[in-house]
Amino acid sequence: METPVAEQAKATEVSVEERHYNIIGTRPIRHDGADKVTGKALYGADVRLNGMLYGKVLRSPHAHARILSIDVSRALALPGVKAVVTSADLATLDSVVSRVGEGAVNWRYLSNNILASDKVLYHGHAVAAVAATSLNAANEALNLIDVQYEPLPCVITAVQAMRPGAPILLQELRTNELGARGEIPTNIASHDQNMRGDLERGFAEAAVIVEREFTTGIVHQGYIEPHTATAVWGTDDQITIWTSTQGAHDARRQVAEVLQLPVSRIKVIPMEIGGGFGGKTVIYLEPVAALLSWKSGNRPVQVTMSRFEVFAGTGPTSSSVIKVKMGSASDGRITAAQVTMAYAAGAFPGSPVGGAMSVILNAYRMENVQIDGYDVVTNTPRVAAYRAPGGTNAAFASESVIDELACKLGIDPLEMRRINGAKEGDRRVDGPLIRRIGYLETVEKARASAHYQSPLPAPSTPGLKVGRGVASGWWGNWPGGTSSVSVIVNNDGTVNLIEGSTDIGGSRVAMAMQLAETLGLQAADIKPMVVDTDSVGYNDVTAGSRTTYSTGIAVHKAGLSIIQQMRERAAQLWDVESASVDYADGVISSKDNHIGFKELARKVGDGDGNVVASISISPNGDGVALATHIVDVEVDEETGKVQILRYTAVQDVGTAIHPAYVEGQIQGGAAQGIGWALNEEYVYDQQGRLLNGSLLDYSIPTALDLPMIEAVIVEVPNPTHPFGVRGVGEVPIVPPAGAVANAIANATGVRMTVLPMSPQHVLEALWTQGNERV
Amino acid sequence: MQAFEYIPATTVKEAIAILAREGEQARVLSGGTDLIVQLREGRRKVRAVIDIKQIPEVNELSYDPATGLQIGAAVPCYRIYGSPAIAAAYPGLIDAVSLIGGVQIQGRATLGGNLCNSSPAADSIPALIAHQASALVMGENGERRIPIEEFCIAPGRTQLQRGEILLSIHIPPVSPYSGGAYLRFIPRNEMDIAVVGVGAWVALDQSGTTITAARIALGAVAPTPLYVPESGAGLIGKLVSSETVAEAATIAQAAARPITDMRGSAQQRSHLVGVLTRRALHIALKRAGYKSA
Repeated sequence: METPVAEQAKATEVSVEERHYNIIGTRPIRHDGADKVTGKALYGADVRLNGMLYGKVLRSPHAHARILSIDVSRALALPGVKAVVTSADLATLDSVVSRVGEGAVNWRYLSNNILASDKVLYHGHAVAAVAATSLNAANEALNLIDVQYEPLPCVITAVQAMRPGAPILLQELRTNELGARGEIPTNIASHDQNMRGDLERGFAEAAVIVEREFTTGIVHQGYIEPHTATAVWGTDDQITIWTSTQGAHDARRQVAEVLQLPVSRIKVIPMEIGGGFGGKTVIYLEPVAALLSWKSGNRPVQVTMSRFEVFAGTGPTSSSVIKVKMGSASDGRITAAQVTMAYAAGAFPGSPVGGAMSVILNAYRMENVQIDGYDVVTNTPRVAAYRAPGGTNAAFASESVIDELACKLGIDPLEMRRINGAKEGDRRVDGPLIRRIGYLETVEKARASAHYQSPLPAPSTPGLKVGRGVASGWWGNWPGGTSSVSVIVNNDGTVNLIEGSTDIGGSRVAMAMQLAETLGLQAADIKPMVVDTDSVGYNDVTAGSRTTYSTGIAVHKAGLSIIQQMRERAAQLWDVESASVDYADGVISSKDNHIGFKELARKVGDGDGNVVASISISPNGDGVALATHIVDVEVDEETGKVQILRYTAVQDVGTAIHPAYVEGQIQGGAAQGIGWALNEEYVYDQQGRLLNGSLLDYSIPTALDLPMIEAVIVEVPNPTHPFGVRGVGEVPIVPPAGAVANAIANATGVRMTVLPMSPQHVLEALWTQGNERV
Repeated sequence: MQAFEYIPATTVKEAIAILAREGEQARVLSGGTDLIVQLREGRRKVRAVIDIKQIPEVNELSYDPATGLQIGAAVPCYRIYGSPAIAAAYPGLIDAVSLIGGVQIQGRATLGGNLCNSSPAADSIPALIAHQASALVMGENGERRIPIEEFCIAPGRTQLQRGEILLSIHIPPVSPYSGGAYLRFIPRNEMDIAVVGVGAWVALDQSGTTITAARIALGAVAPTPLYVPESGAGLIGKLVSSETVAEAATIAQAAARPITDMRGSAQQRSHLVGVLTRRALHIALKRAGYKSA
């Protein structure tokens, strides 16, 4: 009998097109499901420790101001208050940039974001924190901290920040201009460029050229669970932190850098996480809670943000301004594209403009192209990753322009994408060659879908307009980073799977299924658990759609090690050469003998040495993800309101390990993208104060705003993963805004160039463009 | 949240005595869906919170086709739309009470609270004004009745004097061939505060073709909910037509004094007043028995 798993180990790339799986592709109940639905699962804010104090953070009322003085004496004198911290309690860190999660972080800026030092750079910037015996005392103490500010003029958008003479946020900042360091203080942190071919020639070949400028607002991930951290600074100077994080090891490393301590002094215990979407790859409260514990005589301190603090004090994603000029020959072939994009990073450099420069045109073959990207600091919260960071706004711009070209040429919008779609062997705009991807498959599947083949529905009320739009999305994923797992075979035949990758979207069951598939067991035989930073090797964050891919490879490798050990144990048992022992579907056999995994596990029980495996890997793989979405909308032209009538999301997922959670990721990404498309946006007043920092006023779609989102899974296996996995979590948020914009254009003849496409913005577009409707 | 004294009053007299003593330092609690949020967020500071839910009079809800509808100040929304007789008689009011917050909020929130909170964007107030409702108020010197359109004087401020409490809201009996409607515009389909709200009420003659009375009130386009008598007056004596309705909408638009804020621009609001007034009038006319040709 063939041993496919052993074969896979020989080659880094295997053909997985025709594989048959026993476990992968089924829908077992997730291991953590019962605790979640019965409310037993423990989240960060559920931690209760003896003598625990409650911390609260004082935040800046100004968008930009110099801190002249901070007097905490009255706060400290309030009964119940045990400690107050400010940036004076933090070391001044060197301005050094390191990779953290998917992005890069400058340690000094990270520290200054956690507690402002000389200046506050946004409304909501943390200035000080208190720990007290009750939450009320902590809140009251905040009012007693006297901070003297010298308010400064502020800039909220990239356009404002880039103007000559704009107020400067960071005096030391110089533009990294295509690798060369600028000389004058600026808000432009960097200017990067991707280019190829000859733009002039490309535009000369074009039969039609469309040029538009798009602007998008700041949006937040909107995870339900606010940030929280509980810390104990022990009398032995060991620090234990319970928190909600997408990466416990990364959180540990960031705390260690900010507090200038070795990582071995810090243990991070990851609790269940109530959503992250990239926003919980950065630390805010952890060092504050630890310092408060230290200053209050080693008492445990818990700090949990309010919803306003989450909006005002943690990283949303960038607002942006994106100019796209694109030309197409009359046969629909895109001949040239020029893009200029500026992304607002918030208070410190680090917007996702780099990712955006990839997303914007990578789904297409581009001969003549130039993309310029600017990273710009603004008086808004320092951005954090948000699901395919930078992708939604970028694709909103490019997919709108491609749609408009198709309309002008009279070409079906999906045909337009088929004509130009990238495939294996093409070169990406940002450089690398494209390996096996399933983009054109998503286009074909979308075109053949019942949704696309059906006529538009009639308006629900006479006078309303209906329209259909499509858009595609590309996301590179992060098929790298480090993943470590340990596997222990119990003597009852079950298997413990110890991992360090935060389970946000069902990854425990996805890991258990990959191990079960490898070993020929059932998912229920595997007991997956996410443990603290002392108990498993280093793991990078659950981000970049990397976990099912990278940690999955580690799990598979650990499984192969277990298989090898089980063969050796059987060989000893039967007194044969281990090379003559086969392993398939959970049965170990040689010529005359065979034994099931569980039975062998019992026989070689604890007394004979445990069967265990620990693996740490850092795959340098590939796993680009692509998606094509279709949406029907109904527009009330009298009010500007857009209703989503029907939504279909087609995505190449490589191989769907657990299709229900793949569909969940696709639906969730589409839902967030629709929210971004329709109503989500930070609103600031003239002084740069955030006005809508609540879930009432920051309008995330409710269940009444969304139809059932139909997820269509396309499986073009990824050749760099043993089971063909591609990350699935991020790309579904890329197409929605473009698809909705194109549907609005189809319904009304008006092109939206601003996000969100709120009733106000749609009305304004109808008023200004009403006379030039297509 | 700052500490306060919670006082469950059992009689109107007791509540009035505390209100007279504490003045601005006391606040009446009925459903609490505004007050508790304001206290928690530090937007309002009080020394005493007087819970009136144990006072029998303010929990009364009664409807008599001859005398009209009496809604005690502590009656939550769900009781109003839960009564088939009331729902049939006052569909315009039901439009408003069934979209305040969500189902959970409607289990607690009261019209009395919505009125006394005096938000310019309150959903029930334009509907109450359109229905010619009045407020029964009691103080140390006895009762007085205030038309709803005069009740709110500024955002968060009402006609209530020191020591006065809202007892109930009264809506006159419905005449035959009359109908009301309330429409609000929000960007989502639920859980939002009105960008614009419009309450409309019309009465037709027996032929069902000529308007004999009409009242229009607007929300979220002025410092207080706004009664626009001239908009309704312009309709009286006219035959129902799209043109007459559009004229009333234009008059309402002219009366609106909207501002730009995070929920919408002044221009958008002014435009929406026209759209919603027209739509609300059409619904009200249909409910009044007008059958379009």
